[in-house]
Amino acid sequence: MIDLLTIFVLAVFVGFEVVSKVSTILHTPLMSGANAIHGVILVGAILITGRAEHGAEIALGLAAVFLATVNVVGGFVVTDRMLEMFKGHKAGKVAKAVENGHGEQAK
Amino acid sequence: MSPTWVQLAYLVAALCFVLALKGLSTPKHARAGNLLGAAGMALAVITAYVHGAVHNGLLILLAVAAGVAVGIPAARSVKMTAIPQMVALFNGVGGAAAALVALTEFLEVPDGSVLFQVATALTVLIGSVSFSGSVVTFLKLQEIMTTRPVLLPAGQVLGIGVAAASALLALSVVLTGSSLLLVLLALAGLALGVLFVLPVGGADVPIAISLLNAFTGLAVAASGYVLANTLLIVSGTLVGASGTILTRLMAQAMGRKLTNILFGAFQTTTAVAQSDEQRTVRAGTVEDVAILLGYAHSVLVVPGYGLAVAQGQHAVRELAQLLEQRGITVDYGIHPVAGRMPGHMNVLLAEADVPYENLKELDDVNPGMGSVDVVLVIGANDVVNPGARDEPSSPIYGMPIFDVDRAKAVVFMKRSMRPGFAGIDNSLLYDPKTTMLFGDAKESLTKLLAAVKQV
Repeated sequence: MIDLLTIFVLAVFVGFEVVSKVSTILHTPLMSGANAIHGVILVGAILITGRAEHGAEIALGLAAVFLATVNVVGGFVVTDRMLEMFKGHKAGKVAKAVENGHGEQAK
Repeated sequence: MSPTWVQLAYLVAALCFVLALKGLSTPKHARAGNLLGAAGMALAVITAYVHGAVHNGLLILLAVAAGVAVGIPAARSVKMTAIPQMVALFNGVGGAAAALVALTEFLEVPDGSVLFQVATALTVLIGSVSFSGSVVTFLKLQEIMTTRPVLLPAGQVLGIGVAAASALLALSVVLTGSSLLLVLLALAGLALGVLFVLPVGGADVPIAISLLNAFTGLAVAASGYVLANTLLIVSGTLVGASGTILTRLMAQAMGRKLTNILFGAFQTTTAVAQSDEQRTVRAGTVEDVAILLGYAHSVLVVPGYGLAVAQGQHAVRELAQLLEQRGITVDYGIHPVAGRMPGHMNVLLAEADVPYENLKELDDVNPGMGSVDVVLVIGANDVVNPGARDEPSSPIYGMPIFDVDRAKAVVFMKRSMRPGFAGIDNSLLYDPKTTMLFGDAKESLTKLLAAVKQV
């Protein structure tokens, strides 16, 4: 039990530390990414359904598996879609930089 | 106790999640971070399946397949403007899943230790709050219900009452181990979630989503104690902690105290009651605005959610390019909460290929506001409302704003005189140097584009 408490306290600090400095640009993707990560409840849902033997428990467990899967895949896909747009930009910038580089060489 | 290989796989997954959050905090590594998180998740889920799905293996696969079939199309097809409510929904189903997991485990193991019972009660309660709260925020952002704060008569008393009842129920679940009481606790949690979010209004809704996100994290962490699973504890706690910090950062960006957001709903009555009759609005034509823009030296665009709704981002970029060709400096002033969530507008403008370096924040723009010739406010309102700076009675007093009233001229592109998302009147609309251009943002921008070419 103390072990679990230790893990909890350490995880709190890691969580605080990791996101203490984030530019506003990334608030939305970060929230969405964190949202996908708590979809890890899918692991719990699979474990309980995997040992359920009665109808009601199986049904509840499967419902949990379904909902958690929506959370996980939806969360990661939406986050990726948001970040994809930023990436498109960087590619543009690189292209520009390359162009500029060529321009200088021509001089 | 799980075998060593399972524990190791969970450890790797947990590390992936930490690195994912770290990556998501820096623009450079954000996408890689997200993919790493997804990889960690895949590892954890496959491990759990191989190790734990002793029974019902096929059914579990079917449920996962159904979840994928719903989740991916929903995430792929959602419009960028509707992202916040989508995140709210995903968050809600996560909370519901956590509550169901704890409930099912409780039915399977009715006489666990005290720690187990406490963790079960917490998971069910927090998960239910998160679910119903997220559904209400979804309804608000989707504008299925009003975006204004909903104040029930004796709402606070009711809230406190339900909260007390939940605490009592949780305690009696721990004492009696009754599954009926646990179901009642879940119902109380659902009611609490609704009561908790109803009074949150307008621009504060995204902050409520962020907080509910942290709640779901905590519910997942608590479910980790129920199942004695370290991965759930670590990941849930990570999300709970980082979500709390993120909520605070968002609230700071809006200059709002978290307690005010949750417990002090906007008092919308005071500001609107001012004498409307003597204030006049100057409505301009597209040509007027085109001339104003065409002969300016520097232009600042302040985009808001209205621009995104009208899908006018591309038109704005074209207009900006045209002005730049005439040697006019065009910058974009991005308020931290422009759009519906912090950073939302950056995402929307990036979608329209607006260069990063032209996106300016409050502190970059405000000192030089006096020398800006024209400010083009497109579909934004609250973020330029001088009341936030000057009127202590204003409900948004204290929120940092763009001081566009100090610029030489202001053009408001709005659909109507309807107040903004927060439902607060804006004195800038009646300022003599303000020109109003009514109409759909995209349509007006297209007309403006043609008109500027003529100038």
